[in-house]
Amino acid sequence: MIHVLLITFIITLFYMAIANRLMTYIKVLAFQGVLLFFVVFIQLSEINTLNLVLILLETIVFKSLAVPIFLGYLLKRNNITREAEPFLPNFVSLVITTFIVVITILIANTIKDDNLDKIFFVVALSTLFFGLYLIATRRKIITHVMGYMVIENGVFVLSLAVGNEMPMLVNLGILLDIFASVLILGIFLNKIGDVFKDVDVDQLSNLKDY
Amino acid sequence: MIGIYLLGAIAIAIILFFSRSKLLVYSLAGLFVVLQSMFTIYTGMHFGSTELVYFTYDSLGVILLITLSIIAIPAFLHSYIYIENHKEDPQARAIYLTSMVMLIMAISAGYLSNHIAVTWIFTEITTLSASALIYHHRNKLALEGTWKYVFICAISITFIFIGILFLSLSLQHAGSDDLSFSNLLKRRAELNPMWLRMAFLFIFTGFTAKLGLVPMFTAGIDAKDKAPAPAGALFATVLMNLGFVGIFRFYIVIANTPLLHWAQLVVGSAAFLSLFVSTVYMLKVKNIKRMFAYSGIEHMGIVMLGVAAGGIGYYAAVLHIILHAFVKSSLFFQFNQLYRVFQDKSIYHIGNYFKYNATGAMVLLFGFISATAMPPSGLFVSEFLIFKSLFDAGQIILLIAVLLLLTMIIWAFGKNIFKVLFIPAVGFDDSNVEKIRPWESVSQFILLATAVYLGLNPPAIFVQLLKDSVSLLPM
Repeated sequence: MIHVLLITFIITLFYMAIANRLMTYIKVLAFQGVLLFFVVFIQLSEINTLNLVLILLETIVFKSLAVPIFLGYLLKRNNITREAEPFLPNFVSLVITTFIVVITILIANTIKDDNLDKIFFVVALSTLFFGLYLIATRRKIITHVMGYMVIENGVFVLSLAVGNEMPMLVNLGILLDIFASVLILGIFLNKIGDVFKDVDVDQLSNLKDY
Repeated sequence: MIGIYLLGAIAIAIILFFSRSKLLVYSLAGLFVVLQSMFTIYTGMHFGSTELVYFTYDSLGVILLITLSIIAIPAFLHSYIYIENHKEDPQARAIYLTSMVMLIMAISAGYLSNHIAVTWIFTEITTLSASALIYHHRNKLALEGTWKYVFICAISITFIFIGILFLSLSLQHAGSDDLSFSNLLKRRAELNPMWLRMAFLFIFTGFTAKLGLVPMFTAGIDAKDKAPAPAGALFATVLMNLGFVGIFRFYIVIANTPLLHWAQLVVGSAAFLSLFVSTVYMLKVKNIKRMFAYSGIEHMGIVMLGVAAGGIGYYAAVLHIILHAFVKSSLFFQFNQLYRVFQDKSIYHIGNYFKYNATGAMVLLFGFISATAMPPSGLFVSEFLIFKSLFDAGQIILLIAVLLLLTMIIWAFGKNIFKVLFIPAVGFDDSNVEKIRPWESVSQFILLATAVYLGLNPPAIFVQLLKDSVSLLPM
């Protein structure tokens, strides 16, 4: 069951690679949150209740509700065009994403470690690289933030892979997630929308050496 | 005591945030300076003890904490001058001082933490408080700088977290789940080397955002440029030292495993690339504040070269970051006065500084001599020792390349500084130039003199602390 969920997670990455509209991105992010909720529910049922409740709150309330709603609100408020405007055509994105997944599977196969569930490792690493790829190839600042959210989801999966032995680390990951997201979304994306008319990375190139 | 210190600092920060009265905010800032100094003295007196499980007053932590507390005093003094000159409104003033207090608190706790996850948490807090300081001016450029800083720091903090996850995988092979540095060192033989490599790569990359090294150095430059100069002085010195502490404490662990040679290669190549990058930027930079920031990248490159070379290089590296902190902070403090005279940062619009502010010009001149490590600068001693360690390690070609790059840096730095000091700026209207009071430069002279004194005639206790902090490394 857990493998099905994780493979679905990988499929969402492919979907994100070819998605055109920003709303689709937001919906995929929310869906990833739900998937993570079920993964946690199955994977970490042995640890204590309080911890579990915290993790579940983080995945459902934070990842699938609060962040998507806020991102949607930002889209409306700042009148951001609905297209994602990638630098590369979608087909190339799809090929590169496939390439990322294949490479991580190859890397994971070279690792011989009983403590690590390989499928977790593959999903976490490909999500991480895909997030970086998303940041590098999209034009809007809001898609950079979404790429960062994808990276956070990857890190969350990775922390689940070691979470049974060290629940403290999962909690730290949640701390990181909430802290960074609130900082990035709450304070700055709000402000950037006020100051810059069209929220585009091309406008963030005024800091120069001369 | 660290509990009292943290609670006290947070309480001061909260009251500061809500207070609007001029007298109250400055007395609270003064109270924090007193608290910081008392805590520093306390750590010195209870040297070696552990408090609240996660904080140990070891030699590296204490020596850097003393450096921080010394720099914090002029930082608050110059913040006062800065705020009064800009006639900041009460709210901006309160946010600025709150962020300063939180930043210094987080850096202090980060220095003393003996657990990698705790260091990581306090590094996060520095990002938060630093971003509030960078955004102080509330304009478009400040927002751009803040956004870049926050985003790159968020990604690098995620990298550190991934590194910690890999480290915990590595540690599971040793049958332990305690991520404190001492436990890691104790179990170094049982750590899984593959995961340890991954952990080192990610943690190193993550901390380079704070340390100012290739690959994540870019955000720090914008931050130091856009933040008010007293805050920039903290970013360019003590905050960089926090990145150094994060890397160095983990490096001690990895240096005691068979991966030492590999780690030297990683650190050494990142350090050399940083030197190269900073040379390229120094040659073309025209913004004097950014030039100081790039000079910091150069110095961190030299420090990490010393760490990579080993031997006497370890000692010299720790000495170098401490002396660099004194020198670079005084240059940043001085920058503000320069800006008040010329109202510009570009090298094209400032010049003949000796005419307008002779005392301040002397600071720039001495600061230039110190930062480029010419005798009698204390940095000369540490840089010399780092070159010696490179020589001992048999890296002659690397040493020659480094010396060539440094020559270019000194040329570029000197060209710009002498232009500022002696050559009149074209079209500069000096009819209503602000008169700078000479006493505002006193703290910079004291900091520069401290660097000279500690470099040329280090007190025995200082040498002992330095030797202690590198004693766990294989010589």
